Amino acid sequence: MYTLSNRLRLFSIILMVVGLVGLVIGFAKAPSSIEEVKEMMAAHDTHGGGHGGSETEIHAGNTVHAEHDLEKDAHSGDAHYEHVLHQLQNKPWASLYAAAFFFFMIALGVLAFYAIQFAAQAGWSPVLFRVMEAITAYLVPGGLILFVILALSGFHVNHLFVWADPEVVAHDKLIQGKSSWLNGTGFIIRAAIFLGGWLLYRHFAVKYSRKQDEDSTGNKWYKKSFKISAGFLVFFIYTESMMSWDWIMSFDPHWFSTLFGWYVFASLFVSGITTIALITIYLKSKGYLEFVNDSHIHDLAKFMFGISIFWTYLWFSQFMLIWYSNIPEEVTYFITRIEDYKLPFFGMLVMNFIFPLLVLMNSDFKRVNWFVVMAGIVILCGHYIDVYNMIMPATVGESWFIGISEISAVLLFLGLFLFVVFRALTKAPLLAKGNPYLEESKHFHY
Amino acid sequence: MASKVIHALYTDDDVLMDAVKKVRSERYHIEEVFCPFPVHGLDKAMGIPHTRLAITSFMYGCVGLTVAVLMMNYIMIEDWPQNIGGKPSFSYIENMPAFVPIMFELTVFFAAHLMVITFYMRSRLWPFKEAENPDVRTTDDHFLMEVDAGNHDIEKLTSLLGDTGAVEIKIIDKEEDNH
Repeated sequence: MYTLSNRLRLFSIILMVVGLVGLVIGFAKAPSSIEEVKEMMAAHDTHGGGHGGSETEIHAGNTVHAEHDLEKDAHSGDAHYEHVLHQLQNKPWASLYAAAFFFFMIALGVLAFYAIQFAAQAGWSPVLFRVMEAITAYLVPGGLILFVILALSGFHVNHLFVWADPEVVAHDKLIQGKSSWLNGTGFIIRAAIFLGGWLLYRHFAVKYSRKQDEDSTGNKWYKKSFKISAGFLVFFIYTESMMSWDWIMSFDPHWFSTLFGWYVFASLFVSGITTIALITIYLKSKGYLEFVNDSHIHDLAKFMFGISIFWTYLWFSQFMLIWYSNIPEEVTYFITRIEDYKLPFFGMLVMNFIFPLLVLMNSDFKRVNWFVVMAGIVILCGHYIDVYNMIMPATVGESWFIGISEISAVLLFLGLFLFVVFRALTKAPLLAKGNPYLEESKHFHY
Repeated sequence: MASKVIHALYTDDDVLMDAVKKVRSERYHIEEVFCPFPVHGLDKAMGIPHTRLAITSFMYGCVGLTVAVLMMNYIMIEDWPQNIGGKPSFSYIENMPAFVPIMFELTVFFAAHLMVITFYMRSRLWPFKEAENPDVRTTDDHFLMEVDAGNHDIEKLTSLLGDTGAVEIKIIDKEEDNH
């Protein structure tokens, strides 16, 4: 049995408190009137930043500016300041959302990975099942928090989704056409169905796994696990895809991409697998999980490498077609990102593709724990930036910077994640001893 | 000069693996093992040094990438620049996304083909080559371990091999320049 050390508990609580305080400051610091924005920007201008005079900004179709289409993008007088005001008011919300989604997606990726192990009747992985189950425990609090944020956004308490703003929709033919799907009520009902289905599978999968430990005769519970895992995967691939349209793609409601669901899936899958590897290596370094050998780490690192390449493949497939065809309503998505988000946009490619490609290519390096940890941390940071790139351009626009609210939101959810996951680890023995493939898994060697 | 080798046949890869470990721990020299299919971990158990094929593969991939870049640069930019889809070919780097599929494919093509050819050359395989495996059953369902008898006590060695689960043990006089 794993026991949560006081140091780790304290560490995660400190992270949460610091994050929460920072986030409150972030919300408090957001300007509430145009005058404040003018003051802030004047202060910036004295530092030599030419932000106030950015008359040449290209706003081609960026959906944040939907409301400004009314003013024909005049950007004269107070219109520009009001525009920046909305972006800065969005900023703490958007950073809260990005961090909440990022940590939720890690747990969701692990849940999908876990289900695949059962559906494929994998023989190598049962020694890691308890780690995976513990990570998916974060789905409950993480999902609830996300649901609350989504409900607030869907009913326009904040201004994250422009389609939730009746003012905007009234003047936007394209969103009007999509409003039978993109409306607050439908949004919340769908979110409830997605989250409900995933949590239901999580509940029963963990329950059956524990029951199988108590009574493994005839593998009755294992067979049930197999069946619900197969069913869950069918449910998951549809709902995950729809979730990505709802929760992320609808930030830019004019824009669409048919492989967006896969793209988000690759991101959450690789983040989940990386987290399994990191937590496994951490537990091993503390003297737990003595039955996990180098070959298990090697296999996880192979997945990290492979799914990183898979992510790049999907990212590039999406990018190249849109870049090549150069259709205005499509290509605006990448123009905003390349012009306003150059560093995170290309930095993410380096962190998520080139770095894992070069570091994890060598077979021997995949067995060196500190190498896997280093690569894993870079991959996780890279995928946070990926989520950031998906959310920020449509909500914050060119007023982005990594400030107190972004860092605090990450700290808050990191603390919560560590707290929930490591507390869940203490709930059951670290070895799923009833699993019929356990012996094979223990003797797994490459 | 003739040397003696012992051929021990096995019918199961797990038994074979254990046998290889045992024979090696008794400090006998295993010349070769013939298998109908690849057995994972056998190379490690036999103490064969790690393959360098992966390194050559990486280098071939780099060659392929370079060839692709030079080729596309010559064809699409220098020799015959065209305006495709409103993207005139004036600079390689600006049109790079369009060339990525070719860069990727040629990297894989070079790495895969040259690696296979290297593997054939390194294993001394070529078309119409006479098979080297000493027993045709090793292409079906038997595993054969060839142990160098050297100056060892042959009786002791054969009884050791029998203990490891060999189903058949043969002592072969091998002519030095037989092949």
